[in-house]
Amino acid sequence: MKILICLSNVPDTTTKAKFVNDNTAFDTTGIQWIINPWDELALTRAIELKSDAANSIENITVITVGEKDAEPTMRKALAIGADDAVRIDAEPTDAYFVAAQIAEYLKSNPFDLIFNGIESADYNGSAVGGMLAEFLNIPSVSAVSAVNIENGQVKIKRDIDGGTEEVSSELPVVAIAQKGIAKEPMIAAMRGIMMARKKPLNVVAPVEIEALTGIVNFELPQPKPPCKMIEPDNVKELVNLLQNEAKVI
Amino acid sequence: MSVLVFTENWDGKFKKMSFELVSYASKIAEMLNIQTVALSIGDVQEDELKKLGNYAADKIISVNNDKLKNLDNQAYTSVIAQVAEKEGAKVVIIAHNNTGKALAPRLSVKLKAGLGAGVSKLPLSLDPFTIFKKVYSGKAYSNLVIKSDIKILTLAQNSFEFEENIKSPAIESFEPALSDDLFKTTVSNVQKQTGKILLIDAEIVVSGGRGMKSGDNWSPIEELADLLGAATACSRPVSDEGWRPHEEHTGQTGKIIAPNLYIAAGISGAIQHLAGISSSKCIVAINTDKDAPIFEAADYGIIGDTAKVLPDFIQAVKEMK
Ligand SMILES: Cc1cc2nc3c(=O)[nH]c(=O)nc-3n(C[C@H](O)[C@H](O)[C@H](O)COP(=O)(O)OP(=O)(O)OC[C@H]3O[C@@H](n4cnc5c(N)ncnc54)[C@H](O)[C@@H]3O)c2cc1C
Ligand SMILES: Cc1cc2nc3c(=O)[nH]c(=O)nc-3n(C[C@H](O)[C@H](O)[C@H](O)COP(=O)(O)OP(=O)(O)OC[C@H]3O[C@@H](n4cnc5c(N)ncnc54)[C@H](O)[C@@H]3O)c2cc1C
Repeated sequence: MKILICLSNVPDTTTKAKFVNDNTAFDTTGIQWIINPWDELALTRAIELKSDAANSIENITVITVGEKDAEPTMRKALAIGADDAVRIDAEPTDAYFVAAQIAEYLKSNPFDLIFNGIESADYNGSAVGGMLAEFLNIPSVSAVSAVNIENGQVKIKRDIDGGTEEVSSELPVVAIAQKGIAKEPMIAAMRGIMMARKKPLNVVAPVEIEALTGIVNFELPQPKPPCKMIEPDNVKELVNLLQNEAKVI
Repeated sequence: MSVLVFTENWDGKFKKMSFELVSYASKIAEMLNIQTVALSIGDVQEDELKKLGNYAADKIISVNNDKLKNLDNQAYTSVIAQVAEKEGAKVVIIAHNNTGKALAPRLSVKLKAGLGAGVSKLPLSLDPFTIFKKVYSGKAYSNLVIKSDIKILTLAQNSFEFEENIKSPAIESFEPALSDDLFKTTVSNVQKQTGKILLIDAEIVVSGGRGMKSGDNWSPIEELADLLGAATACSRPVSDEGWRPHEEHTGQTGKIIAPNLYIAAGISGAIQHLAGISSSKCIVAINTDKDAPIFEAADYGIIGDTAKVLPDFIQAVKEMK
């Protein structure tokens, strides 16, 4: 079985968003780039699955649609334990564009189990995984909180609104990962970091595809009015305000 | 031509979210001067279907087929696409929840329709079709243009003030073409939470952080939640420690919620926590540290010990009633 992880290169989650060029572009000055947290957990789960020989996992590949500046993040994935990496050399203009590029690559390079994260920490689209599956005409399971392999069969647990379900699927399948897929993200060991330099990172040319959306500009949230402080021995007043001012209880 | 809205039912009943969606769709239909068509998949009685008319649906299409008992993303997408085609949908509205996030992207490819994910307002303009959405987990917003002929929008929960506008829509049943090769997944072992108010549905949420000191100290949070008809939630370390179940974890890597009232007790307000709760209409913070970042996000704050403030809170709510 071959596993693919779609990897999004995003600003560290503590980043304060700032914009340049008349608020049309994200200000990348001083930004720490990380593997999107969900993709990191999916990679962790893939490595756990591979470590059990009974699962017969030949290979774990990570793929990113991005420019050269995404490579350090991809190397991190190799250091954690992916076997190889593929970068589709294009500016990721929207989710449709990204999914179409990956789909195109997969037509000649098939995988069995394809992981995506539920949401990117930058554009919050929750889109690439489902789009990819539809491009390839293969099943997708979303809100996935566990993946196991039993006798070569992929067993998935997913969240539904107000519960969980177990899903088994034909392969290939796109599993869109969320909380629970792995406990803690795996950290690269020194040996992994050394080895990552020698692992293949293949750069492939993009195909011609037009994005369906375009960002006009960004806005920062309106500053919130200052918090109204209430004395700790006067909680009655808080309840009064919630009832009569905010009108929320 | 129409605006098509995909509604969801739970055991044959619509939740508030579906009415919100229909109302939102009808406003866009009004802007475009076309009809609002609501699609329901599942076994829903006519009386219940009619309720969608209370939020200005002009027509209701009901698909009730045993093959669609469980959510298969590929099959459901095909059904929505068939209805969209039949009804000449220009815009398709879907919830930005688990089901919506599973279906909308597939539909986007199927209809070659650009997706605006997690919108919270009506489109800012129709030509170009410009929407407003959250990016960077709520740290910023973007104005996004959708260039395709058909557009898909997923609506963030509890973000749109919906209103009654009673119509008496025609109800039509529809038999979609469902070839076997659409069904590549099998569902088993469905577990549903019962009895409790679900975090994603709750209008009020009472949440505790590491400042609660131990899982054994949760009874005031539960009591306050009960009194207010609220759901309970927690920060990530609290669920990591096993003090509370994982379903309660809110934030960037947990549930993203937008209740009318969020009460944060002993939560510092880390940026990743705020990413999950900052769309709440009103935030109350209780924290011993006056410099805790939660006070920057909060509307009302008390600098104090949860062990004392929460019991007083409970008492005050009891007296209010
Ligand atoms: C200069 C620039 C301009 C941009 N302009 C736009 C724009 O106009 N409109 C717009 O929507 N976005 C734009 N983007 C954002 C970028 O294209 C996003 O990667 C893309 O939109 C997908 O984001 P999403 O939030 O939909 O991803 P999601 O669907 O939320 O991501 C979920 C999962 O999909 C996978 N994934 C996401 N992105 C990638 C990727 N690049 N490579 C591999 N796997 C991935 C990961 O598994 C991730 O966990 C721009 C980015 C840049 C750098
Ligand atoms: C990639 C990533 C993703 C993350 N995702 C999430 C997420 O989804 N959700 C999340 O919550 N966190 C997330 N985190 C963790 C986050 O950074 C914080 O560590 C976490 O939110 C802190 O939880 P807390 O507020 O409960 O605890 P603390 O930060 O320890 O805060 C406890 C607070 O309680 C106060 N306190 C102490 N005693 C009392 C008392 N007796 N009465 C009143 N107040 C008291 C203290 O002053 C303090 O402010 C993430 C981190 C990373 C790196």
